[in-house]
Amino acid sequence: MNEFLAMGGYGWYVWMAYGACALAILAEALALRSRRRRALETALASGDAVSSGDRR
Amino acid sequence: MSGARPQDADGERDGALAGLAWALARDLRIALRTRSELAVIVAFYAVVVTLFPLATTPDRNTLLTLGPGVLWVSALLASLLSLPRLFAADFADGTLEQMALSPWPLPAIVSGKIAAHWLTTGLPVVLLAPLAALPYGLDGDAIGVLGASLALGTPILSLLGAIGAALTLGVRGAGGLLALLVLPLYVPVLIFGAGAVDAFRAGLGVDANLSLLGAGLIAAAVGAPFAAAAAVRIALD
Amino acid sequence: MANSWYRYASPASFHPVALRLAPVFALAAAILAIAGLYVGFVVAPTDATQGEAYRIIYVHVPTAWMAMFVYLVMAFWSALALGFNTRLSAMMAQALAPTGAIMAALALWTGAFWGRPTWGTYWAWDARMTSTLILLFLYFGVMALRGAIDDPRRADRACAILTLVGAVNVPIIYFSVRWWNTLHQGASVSLTAAPTMAKTMLAGMLLMTFAAWAWCIAAALWRVCAIVVERERGASWLAPDPALKGVT
Repeated sequence: MNEFLAMGGYGWYVWMAYGACALAILAEALALRSRRRRALETALASGDAVSSGDRR
Repeated sequence: MSGARPQDADGERDGALAGLAWALARDLRIALRTRSELAVIVAFYAVVVTLFPLATTPDRNTLLTLGPGVLWVSALLASLLSLPRLFAADFADGTLEQMALSPWPLPAIVSGKIAAHWLTTGLPVVLLAPLAALPYGLDGDAIGVLGASLALGTPILSLLGAIGAALTLGVRGAGGLLALLVLPLYVPVLIFGAGAVDAFRAGLGVDANLSLLGAGLIAAAVGAPFAAAAAVRIALD
Repeated sequence: MANSWYRYASPASFHPVALRLAPVFALAAAILAIAGLYVGFVVAPTDATQGEAYRIIYVHVPTAWMAMFVYLVMAFWSALALGFNTRLSAMMAQALAPTGAIMAALALWTGAFWGRPTWGTYWAWDARMTSTLILLFLYFGVMALRGAIDDPRRADRACAILTLVGAVNVPIIYFSVRWWNTLHQGASVSLTAAPTMAKTMLAGMLLMTFAAWAWCIAAALWRVCAIVVERERGASWLAPDPALKGVT
C-alpha cells in the first residue's frame, strides 16, 4: 500500500494532480446542490410574487 | 441623417458607404473638439513605455530584447484605455439609439466609428512609436518593422475592442470587465506584432508576420463591425 | 415530431427531463472513472521513461480535452440562442461555462504537476498550456459578463456574442502561440516527446475521458435545472412538477 502511495517517488505530483481533480468535482457538486436548494427555497417562498432579485 | 431606406442592392451599398462616411466624419469632428482627452491616451502610452526600463534595467541588450514587447503591450493598454470613448458617450446621451434607428445599416455606422477611433487613438501611437523605440536602442530598420507591425495591428485592436466596448455598454464595472473580455482576444495580434520585430532582429523574414497581421486585419474588418453592431443592438434593447 | 422538439425547448418542460437525466450521467461518470482508474493504476504498466509520474495523463488529457470541447458545445448553444432566440439554449450555454472553466483550471493544474517531474518545471510556455490558460480567461470573461448584466435576456445574448467571438479566436490563439513558441525554440523544452502508449494506457485514458464527459453533462444538467428555477421563479409550473417531491 505504501509502495502504491509512493508512486515510485512521484507520489507528491500524482496525488496533488488527482487530489485537485477530486476536490474540484466534489466542490462543484456541493455548489450545485446548494445553488439548487437556494433557488427552490426562493422560488417556493415567493410564490407568484416577483422577488427582489437577489440572484439570477 | 436623411435619405429614404435603400431598396436595391446598389442602394444598400451606397447607404452603407454613406453611413460609414457620416459616422467617420462626425466622430472625427467630436474628437477634434475633445483633443485633450486624446492627448491623455498618447501621454499614457509614453509614460508606460518609460516605466519599463525603470522597473528593469538600463542595460542596452536587455532593453533591446524587451523593446518590441514593451512597445506592443503599451499599445494594447493604450487601446484598452481609449475603448470606452467609442460608444459610451453616444450611449449615455441617446445618440447611439438614433444611429440604430437611422436608415443606414448599423454595421456601417459602427465601422465609421471604429475607423475614427483608430485614426484618433491608434494612429498617434503608431506615429509615436519610432520616438518611443529610440530609448530601447532599436535602430532604423527595426523601427520601420515595428511601425509597420503597429500600423497593421492597431486597427485590429480597435476592431476587436469595439465588440468588447459594445458588450459592456451600461454594464456594472465596465472598465475592468472590458479588460478581461478584450485582452485575451488581443493575444494573437500581440504575438504577430511583437514577433515581427523579433523575427527581423533574429535575421528571419518579417513577411510572414506582416502578412498574418494583414490577413487578420481584413478578417477583423469584415467580421468585427457586424458583431459590434449586434452587441450595440443588445445594449439598446 | 417537430412538436415534441418544441415541447422540450421550453425550459419548464425540459426541467424534469434534465433533473432525471443528470443522476444517470453522474452515475455513468462514477462507474467509468472507477473502471478507468482501475485500468490506469492497476492494469496499465509503468512507463519506461517517465516512471509512475505518467499516470497523471489519466486526468490531464481528459480535462484538457473537455476544456476545449465544453467551449465548443457552449459556442454551439450560443449560436442557437442567437439564431433562434431560444431561452433554453442560452441557459445551456450559461450552465456550461463554470464546468468548462473548472476543466481548464484542472488541465493547467494537472499539467503543472506532470510537467515538474518530466520537464523539470511547473510551467512551460508551451503552446497547449498557454492556449489553455487563455481559454480559461475566455471562460472567466463570459462568466464575468454574465454576472455584470442584470437583465438575464440581455446577458444571454451578450454572452452568446462573446462566446462566438471567442470560438473564432481560439484556433487563432492556438496557432499564434505555437508560432511564437517555435520562434523562441531555444528557450523552452521540447514537449513533443509523448510517451509511447501501451494499449492498456490508451484504454484507461479513454475510459477517464468518457467519465469526464459524462460528469460535464451531469454538472451542466444540474446547473441548468437550478438556472431554470432561478429564472422562471414564481411561475406556476413549479408546483405540479412531480420531480420536486422530496427534493427540498
